[in-house]
Amino acid sequence: MSPIIARDLTKTFGAFTAVDRLNLEVRQGEIFGFLGANGAGKTTALRMLTGLLKPSAGTAEVAGIDVSRHPNRVKQRIGYMSQKFSLYEDLTVRENIRLYGGIYGLKPAEIRVKTEQVLRELELTDLQNALARALPLGWKQKLAFSTAMLHDPAIVFLDEPTSGVDPLARRQFWELIYAAAGRGVTLMVTTHYMEEAEYCARVSIMADGRIAALDTPARLKARFGVGTMDEIFRAIRNA
Amino acid sequence: MISLNGLSKSYAGVSALQDVHLEAYSGEIFGILGPDGAGKTTLFRILATLLLPDSGSGRIDGLDLVRDYRAIRRRIGYMPGKFSLYQDLTVGENLEFFARVFGVTVAERYDWIKDIYAQLAPFRARRAGALSGGMKQKLALSCALIHQPKILLLDEPGTGVDPVSRQEFWDVLLRLKATGMTILVSTPNMDEAAKCDRIALLQRGRILALAAPDALTTAYPLPLYAVRAEDMYPLIRDLRGFGPTARCYAFGAYAHLALQTPTPESAIRHFLESKGHRQVEVFPIPATIEDTFIHLMEQSA
Amino acid sequence: MFPFLKKEFLHILRDRRTLMILFGMPVAQVLLFGFVLNNEIKDAPIAVLDPAGDYASVTLTNKLVASGYFHIETRLGDAGAIEPEFRKGRIRMALVFPPDFGRALAHEGYATVQLIGDAGDPNTANALINYAQAIIADYQTAYNQGTGAPVGITASTRMQYNPEQKAVFNFVPGVMTMILMLIAAMMTSITLAREKELGTMEVLLVSPLRPIQILLGKTIPYLLLSMLNAVIVVLLGIFVFGMPMRGSVALLAAECFLYMFVSLALGIFISTRAKDQMTAMFFSALGLLMPTMLLSGFIFPRESMPWVLQKIGMAIPATWFNPIIKGIMIKGVGLEALATQTMVLGGMAVFLLALSLKNFKDRL
Repeated sequence: MSPIIARDLTKTFGAFTAVDRLNLEVRQGEIFGFLGANGAGKTTALRMLTGLLKPSAGTAEVAGIDVSRHPNRVKQRIGYMSQKFSLYEDLTVRENIRLYGGIYGLKPAEIRVKTEQVLRELELTDLQNALARALPLGWKQKLAFSTAMLHDPAIVFLDEPTSGVDPLARRQFWELIYAAAGRGVTLMVTTHYMEEAEYCARVSIMADGRIAALDTPARLKARFGVGTMDEIFRAIRNA
Repeated sequence: MISLNGLSKSYAGVSALQDVHLEAYSGEIFGILGPDGAGKTTLFRILATLLLPDSGSGRIDGLDLVRDYRAIRRRIGYMPGKFSLYQDLTVGENLEFFARVFGVTVAERYDWIKDIYAQLAPFRARRAGALSGGMKQKLALSCALIHQPKILLLDEPGTGVDPVSRQEFWDVLLRLKATGMTILVSTPNMDEAAKCDRIALLQRGRILALAAPDALTTAYPLPLYAVRAEDMYPLIRDLRGFGPTARCYAFGAYAHLALQTPTPESAIRHFLESKGHRQVEVFPIPATIEDTFIHLMEQSA
Repeated sequence: MFPFLKKEFLHILRDRRTLMILFGMPVAQVLLFGFVLNNEIKDAPIAVLDPAGDYASVTLTNKLVASGYFHIETRLGDAGAIEPEFRKGRIRMALVFPPDFGRALAHEGYATVQLIGDAGDPNTANALINYAQAIIADYQTAYNQGTGAPVGITASTRMQYNPEQKAVFNFVPGVMTMILMLIAAMMTSITLAREKELGTMEVLLVSPLRPIQILLGKTIPYLLLSMLNAVIVVLLGIFVFGMPMRGSVALLAAECFLYMFVSLALGIFISTRAKDQMTAMFFSALGLLMPTMLLSGFIFPRESMPWVLQKIGMAIPATWFNPIIKGIMIKGVGLEALATQTMVLGGMAVFLLALSLKNFKDRL
């Protein structure tokens, strides 16, 4: 069954409808791009899917679990990385990894193994005792991603993971995403870098709380008769 | 108009700027391009005389950055990265305040800011905190301009602003430039940087390059190709194993392949097909600013 | 759960401010309270009115002096001289013997001694009267040993300026002083810090505004509002709590103004040093609230504090304003009696403003 399913997912805040009957299904092992302008409802939708926010109506099923009814059960199965915060700034790199290992319930031996693994893969061994806040942004994001993956979740949600990161680190980050997808992980990513939409198998574009378009980048470009994702975005906004 | 020499600044042992040399000419739009954490805000605060550099010197309009800071403050208009006006005052009140502080009145200088202000006028009585991102930027710009500064310092004016407002903002900047104003803009956005007369690439406190955008891209030293196949990730991995490859990274729908030595397209195609890639496309492309940035980053590492 | 605990510990240990609160504050409080709560008073100046000067009265007087709690500041000739001594603030208590104290004890078996305390400083007055009563009772016991008929010495007490012994005289002035200071200082302490926190400070600094203009611009509105506050507080004190208003209104207004100014200057000083509003509030609370409550003589008499704390108390504006407000409202004194305090406050105002100016960084 599909790892992520939203059926008529809705969230209202008083008179304002932030997410209006969202319907989507993300396939196993897919990199799914969740796009939309600020205020279109992306973050709200993402929060509902990760169990952080209770839907006003509709259902969200992640890893087969009804998220609104059992938000805690789903947390063991998913990884979540938010743009604003994922690492504790006043803990060292090593301490952060160990912390998340503990939080996700890994046994001490596993944590040790994973710590070395992550440090090696990200080439952070020399910096393992540096405070997280001293790391350049790109490295922080890569580390945050790795900690979100420590417990080998089958599904990962990434909220604007590359905002403000330098062009090199940004691409290296996406290669981590590709590698994870290659291992069968399902990833849902939000971003406002239009070119990153191209890295996704399928993308959805949200506007005013609804999905305005959902398809592969190639088919979307064909449908709108344009050459870049940027133009699609503009077309939708001007519609 | 602006020159910085060997400027360095650290906070708590972490180096924010290292040995920065920079020159901006009168009447040009000069861009500082760099990701978050590159040191853009630190640089702008030093330019605005709000921070003292640890070492190095600078001059703005012939005045010394450290000694003559009060005189400099009269000649610059500064728009910080975070919205820095009074959220609980209205548009009109904010403008009035800054005008008064600079010893002018809104009426006197109205012509000067007319273009931008016209868009704000309907919101005159609205609290600044209730404005949209784009409107806030316009208000901040108006307040920075009200005293007709010779130099405008804009720290990430496009961040957090919708693309339409951003475009309008740039139109205003071009009009200001036409009046002879020198404008310094910082941005993490490569496309925005391309609109400047000259740009400096800033990464981790160091200037990687300084030139006009065209000059930078033309100076890209390696042969560059756009390559495409069915699957991006295996493509990149394989291309990195290709002999002549200098570097290969994803750039949206295509991968950009930089080669150390000139190699015929056919050789690239042949290599990829032998690896099982289908629907291969290969063609040469001119470098973009982003390619240049990545190239310089890897060189300086 | 466990890793989370460990993380919390790491956070706490690495945050200096939290450590200060966790360890620094309790230690400081225990020390302060320990010393300050010592209610003993020593060497209080008193006046003695002893028309007869007979053996009994002299012995009793000597006993009082020998206790170490009192020393005789002056001997008075008649009852009319008592009030002026209080007014001038030279004595804390007056000891009044009847003209025939010794004879009354010997022949009638009882006599009355009058103890008059200064309601302008009710805590001290009460304490002194209690000591005196205890010593007199002691004297009575000693006197009665070895005699056949026991005698009784009654100490009648009276509070100068507060004959009905209204409790409000005790703490309303002190509360007024504290409130006025707290509000003025706390409000201004966050104002500059808020600009820094919001980022509007950056833009202000780059403008032609000079530091003194910014500082005065920040102080004056609060000054006006605080004066309004002061009026309300005084009126409440008078009409709701029955505080008298025996002195000059103009003088009270002027002194309040001065005191407000000092408080505001204090707040601004904190503001120039604090990076954000939380820090400013924290230092206002710690650096103003606690010392003022404990060391200014508002609750705990200063005379009973160790020398060190008394000296520190002198640096607190409230310590100087307390006698002013009590003097004007309760005793009805004029500027001459309050000259020292007024000058000290004036000096503090100038000093703090100058210090703030010097500390005001016109860069980030």
